Amino acid sequence: MGNEEKKPKINLAIYWGAACGGCCVSVLDVHESLFDVVAAADLVFWPIALDIKYKDVEAMPDGFIDVTLFNGAVRNSENEYMAKLLRKKTKILVAYGSCSHMGGIPGLANFSDKESLLQRVFDDTESTENPKKIRPQTEYEVKEGVLDLPEFYNDVKTLDQVVNVDYYLPGCPPQTERLVEVFMAIVTGAELPPPGSVVGALVKSQCDECERKKSDNKKINKFYRPWEIEDDGETCFLEQGVICLGPATRGGCGVRCIKGNAPCRGCYGPPPDVIDPGAKMMSAIATMIDSDDPEEIAAIVEQIDDPAGLFYRFSLPSSILRRTIK
Amino acid sequence: MKRITIDPITRLEGHGRIEIFLNDDGDVENLYFQVPELRGFEKFCEGRPVEELSQIVTKICGVCPGCHHMGAGKAADAVYGVTPPPTALKLRELFYMAHFVHSHIAHFYALAAPDFVVGPKAPAAERNILGVIGKVGVEVGTEVLKQRRIAQEIQALLGGHQTHVVMNIPGGVRKGLTEDERRDIVEKAKGFIEFSKFSLNIFNNVVLSNNEYVDIILKGPYSLNLYSMGLVDENNKVNFYDGKVRVVDQEGKEHCKYSPEDYMEYVAERVEPWSYLKFPYLKKIGWKGFVDGVDSGVYHATPLSRLNASDGMATPLAQVEYEKMFEILGGKPVHATLAMHWARLVELLYASERLLELAEDPEITGRELRVKLENKPTEGVGIVEAQRGTLTHHYWTDEKGIVTKVNIIVGTTNNNAAICMSLKKAAQGLIKKGVDVDEGILNMIEMGFRAYDPCFSCATHNLPGKMPLIVNFRDLNGEVIRSVKRD
Amino acid sequence: MSFQPTIVSFLCNWCSYTGADLAGTSRMKYASNIRIIRVMCSGRIEPTFVLKAFREGADGVLICGCHPGDCHYHEGNYKCLRRFHLLQKYIKQMGMDEDRLQLKWISASEGKQFAELADSFTEEIRNLGPCKVKEVMETLT
Ligand code: SF4
Ligand code: SF4
Ligand code: SF4
Ligand code: FES
Repeated sequence: MGNEEKKPKINLAIYWGAACGGCCVSVLDVHESLFDVVAAADLVFWPIALDIKYKDVEAMPDGFIDVTLFNGAVRNSENEYMAKLLRKKTKILVAYGSCSHMGGIPGLANFSDKESLLQRVFDDTESTENPKKIRPQTEYEVKEGVLDLPEFYNDVKTLDQVVNVDYYLPGCPPQTERLVEVFMAIVTGAELPPPGSVVGALVKSQCDECERKKSDNKKINKFYRPWEIEDDGETCFLEQGVICLGPATRGGCGVRCIKGNAPCRGCYGPPPDVIDPGAKMMSAIATMIDSDDPEEIAAIVEQIDDPAGLFYRFSLPSSILRRTIK
Repeated sequence: MKRITIDPITRLEGHGRIEIFLNDDGDVENLYFQVPELRGFEKFCEGRPVEELSQIVTKICGVCPGCHHMGAGKAADAVYGVTPPPTALKLRELFYMAHFVHSHIAHFYALAAPDFVVGPKAPAAERNILGVIGKVGVEVGTEVLKQRRIAQEIQALLGGHQTHVVMNIPGGVRKGLTEDERRDIVEKAKGFIEFSKFSLNIFNNVVLSNNEYVDIILKGPYSLNLYSMGLVDENNKVNFYDGKVRVVDQEGKEHCKYSPEDYMEYVAERVEPWSYLKFPYLKKIGWKGFVDGVDSGVYHATPLSRLNASDGMATPLAQVEYEKMFEILGGKPVHATLAMHWARLVELLYASERLLELAEDPEITGRELRVKLENKPTEGVGIVEAQRGTLTHHYWTDEKGIVTKVNIIVGTTNNNAAICMSLKKAAQGLIKKGVDVDEGILNMIEMGFRAYDPCFSCATHNLPGKMPLIVNFRDLNGEVIRSVKRD
Repeated sequence: MSFQPTIVSFLCNWCSYTGADLAGTSRMKYASNIRIIRVMCSGRIEPTFVLKAFREGADGVLICGCHPGDCHYHEGNYKCLRRFHLLQKYIKQMGMDEDRLQLKWISASEGKQFAELADSFTEEIRNLGPCKVKEVMETLT
């Protein structure tokens, strides 16, 4: 690359845990800005694109990496090992995307447990033929030698439940423009917010950015599933009785689901100072239910299917209760 | 016994590892391709309202989210026993063609072209998209990025969210197309057709006119004698969005043709203790191990298998290319793994032509986007062709439409056994006593793998300058005795 | 000795706390398992408070507010009622017995009712046995 810049380049690493790849794609989608990124940073580790192996990272001096964008949740022993390794090697560790920020979609597995998950996938799925009940093993002896696999955990964890995190960049995946803003702030040496802050998102909620028509005083008599209403494409979903997580979600994504006529599902996480996004949403919804009668209220609440899976769609592992109990 | 470990395989969508065992003669005894990762969507989708699944399952893969979105959308329609109105079906297909165009462009130029346009043994530093641009010109590079971006824009227009699409709702779609948008898409589709033709030309001029390359395709250690799977329409023409799944044998004879809801009669999955990814096979033939041939149920589901399994393409220009490909490669079916790249370009042309057809269809701007759901929800299967293979989503719900069970067979998973075998065959053909395992050899092994465009291989892994692979030679104690690295 | 549940009770300042206080000053005996937290109004009890109580080891949570129509802030207890129904549904889905969370109306003069409620709720939770939330959380960290 050999470019002679005044400003020293920073060392940048990108790694995935239990992820879908969408976060890495969101980095690649910087398009032309990729050149700015490459001009300001040396990519020192990025499995999706670069031939740098775990042992190369192990060999780096501590603090060698200036910034690591860690996407994906912590789901198995390999994810955890890499999270700890990268923490040691990194000055600024960023939880990038909903999965590492709050557990994300893979975090929905905390509604179940390791055994029932493995049983479903490897024994019970209708197309699986596994009479001997074979399961993937962390160590398995084939005739040529021993093969190993990472240990699959019972619980999905967020990155900050495993290591100390400096910043959170929310979204599933983060909107690429937000990444570029944050990245440029880091490389230009702009003053950064205090460690532990959410960056690359707004302080205000989705509703604040949303252009759908809304009144200040939302009232709900009946909850509908999205397909039960004829969405007019203009009125606030909640006012049409369809649950939208806008009020309990930070802005910053460009209300992209709502632009596709789908209600928000909360991937940007809760607004500042809210620790539990689902609790915040429950509180917001309760305010809107238009009844004072205990039985009627109970009946209206009954119309909400799967409240836990809805209010905590992206955040179950980071919520107060974190998982179901048996 | 010596052991070669490639861990992790980089430039992969997701996590992967290759273990190669060499015997005392220095020949490849066996090879294991391990997937160390599992998230378990089959389990944690349970309990969710079925209409939410089309948004949840996109997170299976951020590289082909549109495929899961379509599979889930179709499965949810089936759960409610409805067929979306014609406009909605056409909009879905239109979106889907843009998804194919985007993905196939990225794969060809970023992954396949470096090996052919620049050359399989060219210095690694040149064997990348920049090298391709060096060979074919900067304007082409710009054009590649532009066409890919345009395809993405069409998807975002209809799908809302630029990655994790929100288009489908049981019974139809959430958003229609305006006349202005339609006209704009028509122009874009014409651009795609030109670009597809241009890409086929590059393939023609650079690859087919070079005997060495043709030899690698046809005679390299890459051929497997497998069954071929693909979705076909009522005329047995290739279709990505809808139809029946057809499987042909090694001779091109139809082995079966099934409707989505019958998939379980034809496909089964096997579990191996050394990988978290299952191994699908043809149920009526059975699992005979990692072997090819007519008695082994191993099949592949790829651009090449789709062309093998069909009687042709439904659009005129693609049909011409289809015929040409089989003619040059010696008739149908073709078993040369590397011919997948060619097949992918034929598909690119088809997707572009189909996109234009749909954009010119007067019904595409219709206002009837959804049908009402009146039936009791029960169970439904949705099958589409993902870029990387036939994708099956199967949902069961209670009477409220809350999901009780989920089964998913992902595109790349179909090819799990085939990938293992291709890699082994390539390794066996290339690693020999007395042959220095250099980076060129490693790349040739990797080519066997790259052809499948496995979903854990993100089609956008195109950062300049790196074609990564590292192989460690270990002794029996696992100590690294030698390390070959290519960068 | 039988299981001694830990119970957290959120009481609104104007009616329920006064009621509980009355039970105390009148030297009525009631279960000592209850830890009382005074809030200005039941409408101020955020779902977060309840969830945190469980996470920190509560086996049951009892919310008390003014009778309908009597809330000092007019609407507070209705708001609480709606949150309560939602929360019950949520904790049930999380694998907890929804009866671990209850909402009752206690007026300033209902000292006796409060004492009885404290006893019966404690008994009910004792029968349900320990809540595992805290235990599960400890295995996680
Ligand atoms: S946050 Fe979303 S886009 Fe990123 S890895 Fe997780 S599921 Fe994929
Ligand atoms: S609730 Fe949803 S639809 Fe309504 S204003 Fe907020 S973000 Fe928009
Ligand atoms: S609208 Fe909501 S769910 Fe959709 S991208 Fe934005 S924050 Fe995420
Ligand atoms: S003041 Fe008692 S409930 Fe509001």
